[in-house]
Amino acid sequence: MTNWLHHIPILIVAVPLISAPICVLFTFGANRKAAWLWTLLVSWFAFLCSIYLLNYVLENGQISYHLGSWKPPLGIEYRIDVINAFVLLLVSGISAIAVPFGRLVVDREIEPDRQILFYTTYLLCLTGLLGVTITGDAFNIFVFLEISSLSSYVLIAMGVRSDRRALTAAYNYLILGTIGATFFVIGLGFLYMVTGTLNIMDLSDRVTHLADNKAVHAGYAFIIIGLALKMALFPMHVWLPNSYTYAPSLISIFLAATATKVSIYVLLRFLFTVFGVSFDFIPLTLIFIFLPLAIIAIFFGSIGAIFQTNIKRLFAYSSVAQIGYIAIGIALSNTIGLTAAILHIFNHALIKGALFMAAGCLVYRVGKLTTDSIRGLGKEMPWTFSALVLAGLSLIGIPTTVGFISKWYLILGIMENGWWPLIPLIVMGSLLAVVYMWKIIEAAYFFQAPQDRVPVKEVPLELLIPLWILIGCNFYFGIQADITIGISNEAATSLLDHSP
Amino acid sequence: MLAAILDHYNYWLIIFLMMIGLYIVVSRGNLIKKIVGLNIFQTSVFLLYITIGKVNYGTAPILTGQPETFSNPLPHVLILTAIVVGIATTALGLALVVRIRESYGTIEDEEIAVSEQFQAESEVNQISS
Repeated sequence: MTNWLHHIPILIVAVPLISAPICVLFTFGANRKAAWLWTLLVSWFAFLCSIYLLNYVLENGQISYHLGSWKPPLGIEYRIDVINAFVLLLVSGISAIAVPFGRLVVDREIEPDRQILFYTTYLLCLTGLLGVTITGDAFNIFVFLEISSLSSYVLIAMGVRSDRRALTAAYNYLILGTIGATFFVIGLGFLYMVTGTLNIMDLSDRVTHLADNKAVHAGYAFIIIGLALKMALFPMHVWLPNSYTYAPSLISIFLAATATKVSIYVLLRFLFTVFGVSFDFIPLTLIFIFLPLAIIAIFFGSIGAIFQTNIKRLFAYSSVAQIGYIAIGIALSNTIGLTAAILHIFNHALIKGALFMAAGCLVYRVGKLTTDSIRGLGKEMPWTFSALVLAGLSLIGIPTTVGFISKWYLILGIMENGWWPLIPLIVMGSLLAVVYMWKIIEAAYFFQAPQDRVPVKEVPLELLIPLWILIGCNFYFGIQADITIGISNEAATSLLDHSP
Repeated sequence: MLAAILDHYNYWLIIFLMMIGLYIVVSRGNLIKKIVGLNIFQTSVFLLYITIGKVNYGTAPILTGQPETFSNPLPHVLILTAIVVGIATTALGLALVVRIRESYGTIEDEEIAVSEQFQAESEVNQISS
């Protein structure tokens, strides 16, 4: 038994990967429900594995798993410490809650004969995201990043049944995503050129002695730009709003909550583990590039969200703003700031997951989702809209919600660095969030429904239960914040400690 | 100076290709041409990896018993993976272009933007009327 548990680091990636081609086999029986059930089981398996891994890492310290027993740095190593165990838990947890929600919305939004292939691609996307997070090999990160990106282009394009703009959204994402990934590989090429290694721990040891090397500097620049594109930091966010808007509901939930977060994790890994803060360029990049861009992102995203009439698009713009908060946390580069960034990676996933899930419920009943089409629906769909309001409060950052916890830590981190002028900006960002959430609440509760509209029923329980579980998490981790703060703090400390 | 440039002619070629590729992606409005540019861009990276694997007077790393200098085979293996990724990206991109052509009737960036603008405006009018 213990022998089997020893292999969990590889199983959490291999099982979703192998189950994807198995899922295709369901086409022979044209059994859509079985394909869904299969995806559900795999997601839950990954979720259980990640809980085990996080527990193990918290108790016993980091795990180093050698693929095929080849010792690193020659062999590929899966290295799990607190931060990537936490991100693994996030990715698989969101998947475990989104897939149960997905069956009805996928039935509604995807052509019946494509649903099995849809679930197959979804499993590949899950594999890619988990793989990026768990691996300790830099080139492996690129390969898994491309697995997840390629499958997410396909998944976004599958929204074409409801709106043809899903195709152009997917195409633009493909072009920009590939440029981002290629920049990342160019950077790795430069690092490999001077160090001759791809193992992250080994890279970090060798790069320390090469802090003045020009090739390392070039590699650093390419890697950071590539990852910033993948994480949709302003002004490299242009692929994001359309992709999240026109993707099928299940994909909007899953990608909004996880895809950019995983890229942020890789960015943290490279900034702090590989290069380390002692690398001269990092404080410069963080203060003169990341911080201004993050502040612009908050305002651009929030103000952009205020002018949207499409609700999914509004949430997508709000995501651009929230990435800005995380980037500020990274730019602070002190323990509290990084804790806030890691906390917000997790908390924002809970918030956006819940918001996009509520949007999915609305799409299920209303179809086209604009601030006009939801007029007066607050009374007709009380459970969906109360969930939407609660998630909105969490986004704004009302005490007892997760949004408050991460913003509180962000402000503490700012005070530690003494960057006082940032605090009013953060508060203003939250006020802008009040404005755009209010647009939805106003439409739903205070406007009269058009006379000629057929009455709309509340969505079935199968959709409400996952939605309310996420809302519950938003409040549970807002009140019992010790758990997430403890983990994030430990992750932040280990990131900063490693830097020599 | 000139000798330094000529000595590293392979890198200059790669940078040249890289910039051509990226420029095509950014400047062309035709969706197929963008993918061609993306391909050139990716290929330049493949060449970058291959060229750093070469060792002067090195041969293929096959053990023959004689003392020989070997080229580093690892970049080739890495690039084999990257080529597969590149092919998948190209195939998917072209498939998307086919679908875009079917639903928009064009593969020119600007015409698609006009068509999408028109669609967005008609949606707004539909709701307000």
